[in-house]
Amino acid sequence: MSDYSRRDFLKVTGSGLALASLSGVLPGIMGCATTKEVQSALFTRFGIDTETIRKVLSEALVYGGDYADVFFENTISNSIRLEDRIVNSASTSVQLGVGIRVLKGDQTGYSFTEDLNLESMKKAARTAANIAQGSKTIPPQEFKPMNLPNYYPVNVSWESIGIDKRVEIVKSLDSEVFAEDSRIIKNYVGFTDSEKYILVANSEGLLSTDYQPMLRVIVYCTAEQDGERESNYFDYSMRDDISFLTPDRLARMPKEAVARTVKLFDAKSAPAGEFPVVLTPGSSGILLHEAIGHGMEADFNRIGTSIYADKLNTKVAPEFVNIVDSGLNPSLRGSINVDDECYDSKETFLVENGILRTYLHDRISAKHYGVDPTGNGRRESFKHYVMPRMRNTYMLNGPHTQEEIIGSVKYGILADQFTNGQVNIGPGDFTFYVKSGSLIEDGKITAPIKDVNIIGNGPDVLEKVSMVGNDFAMTEGGWTCGKNGQSVPVSHGLPSVLVSSITVGGKG
Amino acid sequence: MNKLDLAKWTQNFAKKQGANDTSVVISNSRSIDVEFRDGNIDKLTEATENSLSIELYAGGKYSSHRTNDLRKPALQKFVNNALAMTKYLGEDPFQALPDPELYKGRPEMDLQLFDANYHQVETKERVANARQIFERIDGKDNRIVSVTSNFSDSHYENIHLKSNGFEGSYENSTFGAGAEVSLDDGSGKKPQSWRYYSTRHLKDLPDLNMIADEALKRTQDSVGQDKIESGSMSMILPNDQGRGLLGRMFGALNGGNLQQKNSYLDGKLNTKICSDLLTIVDDPTIIRGMGSRYYDGDGVAAKVMPVIDKGVLKNYYIDVYYGRKLEMTPTSGGTSNVTFAPGKRSGAEIEKDMDRAILVTGFIGGNANTTTGDFSLGVSGWLIENGVRTKPINEMNISGNYSDVLNQLIEIGNDPYQYSSWRTPTLVFDGIQFAGL
Repeated sequence: MSDYSRRDFLKVTGSGLALASLSGVLPGIMGCATTKEVQSALFTRFGIDTETIRKVLSEALVYGGDYADVFFENTISNSIRLEDRIVNSASTSVQLGVGIRVLKGDQTGYSFTEDLNLESMKKAARTAANIAQGSKTIPPQEFKPMNLPNYYPVNVSWESIGIDKRVEIVKSLDSEVFAEDSRIIKNYVGFTDSEKYILVANSEGLLSTDYQPMLRVIVYCTAEQDGERESNYFDYSMRDDISFLTPDRLARMPKEAVARTVKLFDAKSAPAGEFPVVLTPGSSGILLHEAIGHGMEADFNRIGTSIYADKLNTKVAPEFVNIVDSGLNPSLRGSINVDDECYDSKETFLVENGILRTYLHDRISAKHYGVDPTGNGRRESFKHYVMPRMRNTYMLNGPHTQEEIIGSVKYGILADQFTNGQVNIGPGDFTFYVKSGSLIEDGKITAPIKDVNIIGNGPDVLEKVSMVGNDFAMTEGGWTCGKNGQSVPVSHGLPSVLVSSITVGGKG
Repeated sequence: MNKLDLAKWTQNFAKKQGANDTSVVISNSRSIDVEFRDGNIDKLTEATENSLSIELYAGGKYSSHRTNDLRKPALQKFVNNALAMTKYLGEDPFQALPDPELYKGRPEMDLQLFDANYHQVETKERVANARQIFERIDGKDNRIVSVTSNFSDSHYENIHLKSNGFEGSYENSTFGAGAEVSLDDGSGKKPQSWRYYSTRHLKDLPDLNMIADEALKRTQDSVGQDKIESGSMSMILPNDQGRGLLGRMFGALNGGNLQQKNSYLDGKLNTKICSDLLTIVDDPTIIRGMGSRYYDGDGVAAKVMPVIDKGVLKNYYIDVYYGRKLEMTPTSGGTSNVTFAPGKRSGAEIEKDMDRAILVTGFIGGNANTTTGDFSLGVSGWLIENGVRTKPINEMNISGNYSDVLNQLIEIGNDPYQYSSWRTPTLVFDGIQFAGL
């Protein structure tokens, strides 16, 4: 655990994400394969069968744990990078292993092995088993496969797409960036795809499988004008296959990246102090992630450390505010067909008509509160234990138009591009960094602004959501949420929103 | 097969399959982490990891690959696929192994990065340590909502082999202990803070009771935090907070950012970039230092390097690849231990002399733009008036441009921080823009 690993943060994923490929094609994992076919393919991939799983779980429960699960994972990632007009490096990464978890009450024992032979797995299971100190619990005799919907069906696996195809896309994006504006002096393009194969089985006899694809493409450029330089970027990230990269989307990337960059030459620094802030639709959903999302993760509430502990069913925002965390949105980065401990993915209302409704649960917290699980139990990989984590977090449409919202502001800030945020769960103070925005003066957008951090308090800001637009959008970018040293992909969204007052950290 | 033999086998296999050159790293690590809460072990995690990374140079093309499946048949397939993929890339004349001359002159002393007692530590002792920290805090303040204490350690070993003659290996250990405390202050807020220390050797960790006391004190100090009026004020950064401000500025010293024109320090070598008070040396040779090393990721021998001398920029962090692109001699790809020439007084002495200032005890969020030098960061801490901490503050922000702010450094302490690769002393700045009310 580093100094920083305990902090919770959200950021645009770095371009270093990673790597590569190339074990055998898994027939039938995509498209119209039946659950049974998928499971059978995964058993083959991991070289295991239900009897192996039963033996490992049996070992995990040798000291009387209440519950145990095994999480088999194989993740294959590829990435290529273009710099100085050349596709000059590629990376690949292969991760294979199994994590074994044992619960005793609220206590967790965790171990993993990268070696999938029975003896190694049993050894890891016995390590995790030590969290309990009693007599043996009996594992299930059979496992019931879960039939799950697929929120991110793909027609083509990334494994079957040649590197040449990726190279062609990346080079074309680069050419268009330079063609777009003569002030561009440098450009970087990163293309990363990954495929994660998961099989989870637990001591309650449930067995789930998932195939989680991911794509991220980023264009990052630098422009020079009159001796001044500015940089900015545009990125897409989705659980999808190559068909996501339509000609329209590919054409938009260089245009947006360049427009975002050259706009900064005209930007002024923001004022310092409390001002009204208008958030534009899309990635501004970072506000929800920090202001309420983390605070609603039930592990913090279970131990009483969240500012939202004991506030369920109280009014926290105006009645036109509805905030949802969902894993069901087609192809979004934070969508999951099933969580990482065999619970169905769901749509969960954090706030319904201004009332605080439901925490985000993992198995431990759902049991603790005696409520239905919400399907938020996630982990970064087989090397990590499960925690309640967000999926796609967003606010539903409200009654106002963006024109009305901007028109209502005498002097304030319009924030429209964000890079990162952070929250302190207990006191509720949170930040988000505005890469680019504008001043609003007398109800009109005037000068651009740049590079300013905004800092507020979660419950206070929710109360100050004074207008909500009818123009909801999700972010398209690659957001990664960090918590206790674990990173998971998420998404978020928002309609246009007015926060009547929040501290803008400008230079004054 | 031992790691060196496997690295050699992988190198030979890749070369036989068509690679011109390779760089192979094989590592393994073990870590154990005990979290203690409410009188019980909350989480006990044990991790054992293996990894093989290979960089391939083939026909003027470059790629890098990582796997944790170290069985030979799997590695053969892995390397063959990696080579096949590399063929589709563009030729980059700057991609090649370092000049072997750069490998020479590694530090010869024993940096003591590995605690020989590591293998004697038993989980019983780890649990006892975590329990001790927990019990020291538990019940000390009737506002306590939760105390989570932690004790962890890890052992890392690697072997690094490059096909033009570089061979290196090292092992290190890390021990960590800390606690996170939450209070209920009656206002509906749950002030929380934490303290965590890490060291290479177990006996270098501070007294566990002291760590516990500091974690509680920091949390108690954050009760009643609130924002105050925006304005320009002096800022004191205690010795454990300097990295929060300067870490991002160091991004502008990075060869990649310079070459990609994303650095406000481009063209500033041997010019004055900050206050005369600032002298920074990158020192990889500190015994038991958290950032100490014999060579960097390129295999370049570690050397003590002046970064800033009395306000004048003396060196960038240039790795081998960007050194070629920039036509500059490689220095190092990244920081080792960042050390500062000390001032005369301690943080406490300095604080007593401040008429009005904000003592920043924590950063939250924010970011910096290395291209322009602009930064904007969330802060919390104390308002200091007439040398006394009068009001705890949070939900505030500092903004500026590094070109200006680093010239506003007015004093530097004599108290470098010992528990991080960033060994910053207390730093005091004048005229910092704070945003609040």
